[in-house]
Amino acid sequence: MADVLFAAWVIARKDLAIEFRTRSAFFSAVIFALLGLVIFYFAWDPTAVTVNDLAPGVLWVIFTFSGLLGLHRSFGVETEDHAIDGLLASPVSRESIFLGKAIANLIFVAAVQLIAIPALVVFYNLPLGNVAIPLIAIAFLAAVGLVAVGTLFSAMAVNTRLAELLLPMLSLPFFVPIVIAASQSTAKLLSGRPIVEAAAWIKLLIAFDIIFVAACTVAYPFTVDD
Amino acid sequence: MSSTISSGGPPIVEVAELTRAFGTRRALAGVTFSLGRGECLALFGPNGAGKTTLLRVLAGLLRPSSGSARVSGIQLPGGALARSRVGLISHRTMLYEALSPRENVSFAARLYGVRDVNARVEDSLRRMSMLERGDAPVRSLSRGMQQRVSIARAMVHTPQLVLADEPYSGLDDGGARALTSLLGELRSAGTAIIVVTHNLAEGLSLATHAAVMQRGRFVRYDPADRIDATAYSTTYREALAGG
Repeated sequence: MADVLFAAWVIARKDLAIEFRTRSAFFSAVIFALLGLVIFYFAWDPTAVTVNDLAPGVLWVIFTFSGLLGLHRSFGVETEDHAIDGLLASPVSRESIFLGKAIANLIFVAAVQLIAIPALVVFYNLPLGNVAIPLIAIAFLAAVGLVAVGTLFSAMAVNTRLAELLLPMLSLPFFVPIVIAASQSTAKLLSGRPIVEAAAWIKLLIAFDIIFVAACTVAYPFTVDD
Repeated sequence: MSSTISSGGPPIVEVAELTRAFGTRRALAGVTFSLGRGECLALFGPNGAGKTTLLRVLAGLLRPSSGSARVSGIQLPGGALARSRVGLISHRTMLYEALSPRENVSFAARLYGVRDVNARVEDSLRRMSMLERGDAPVRSLSRGMQQRVSIARAMVHTPQLVLADEPYSGLDDGGARALTSLLGELRSAGTAIIVVTHNLAEGLSLATHAAVMQRGRFVRYDPADRIDATAYSTTYREALAGG
């Protein structure tokens, strides 16, 4: 198990180093998230919908779609001069490759969230107060599930002609339970309800995380072995 | 045509009646040969003859459809242990363009569990005369320099079997000489090598054995002491004409 995790970290570090050099996906995702916030802000009628009702939806729409930008790039870098062959011919397990990609994607999504959440708070004048830490925890839990599913489908879609279309088409149906649980628990917190009222949604989020991480890790080798 | 070589020790590669099909098309149609320590097989043949498919099966990237293939006694597909014994060079560099040669080779070294990574990386880059450009992004290097880095990456873990698919592709004279010298050193150190090339002179200069493939089979196979460059040239031209 230690070998699997070590190899996964080596692969994640490599992916993060590439993203740090190019910054193409990160800038795209951050700008997409900020533009999303602005557009929703101007489309919002505060007399019809309160900020506490609107913000969870806005937050999870922009996280879901900005995350897809990074997920698409995850296996895209492996198509450069068939780099994936070098990875698959190495002695690391297929599970390590999946987990490495997923760890890099998780850090990518978390970095986007670190910018987008404060931006949301400022734009919508959210009374974050003492719910900041639970909100960050929910964002992290949701990111785990989104990244597990997205990484698997990124691997499947990367060699197709319509990869940029296929990835969201395949991923979004599986994102639904994660996004519902995340947005519902976020709504409870932002509306000032006690955290125990969000506990059922958070438990659901954890359950889906466990299922998706395990299922996608097991399924990944079948997407690369002929 | 079956081909057995014995060098005294246990063979590094043993292939018996190996087939690999893609749908109804058989890319490998019953290949049999073995290769011992320090031996080099030069593999010639027209495009689509099955040479790259054979290397990809031996590298663990493709599963055999039938027959048997072993690397260092490990039946393929043999998982991580078999893959750790193989170094793969291709005309595709398999490098990350945003990273430097040093980072690419270091990444490979870590994947293969190499000890003393930094020293091995420096040694691999030095052998391919890439130390000076070791920190430049790969995308800024010429095609030939990228190929040198790719070779350094494939050698960093000291493989027992080197699979080289068109390794001279893109190399200038200096690079080609460095590669030939490196492959010669590896052979002397006991590494088994399979080289796929369209250049008969380069292939035969390295080889202890040579084969011509056509339609997934060996149509000619000879040990080094019986290699006749003229006869090979004729068979190769016939294979090219036959597709």
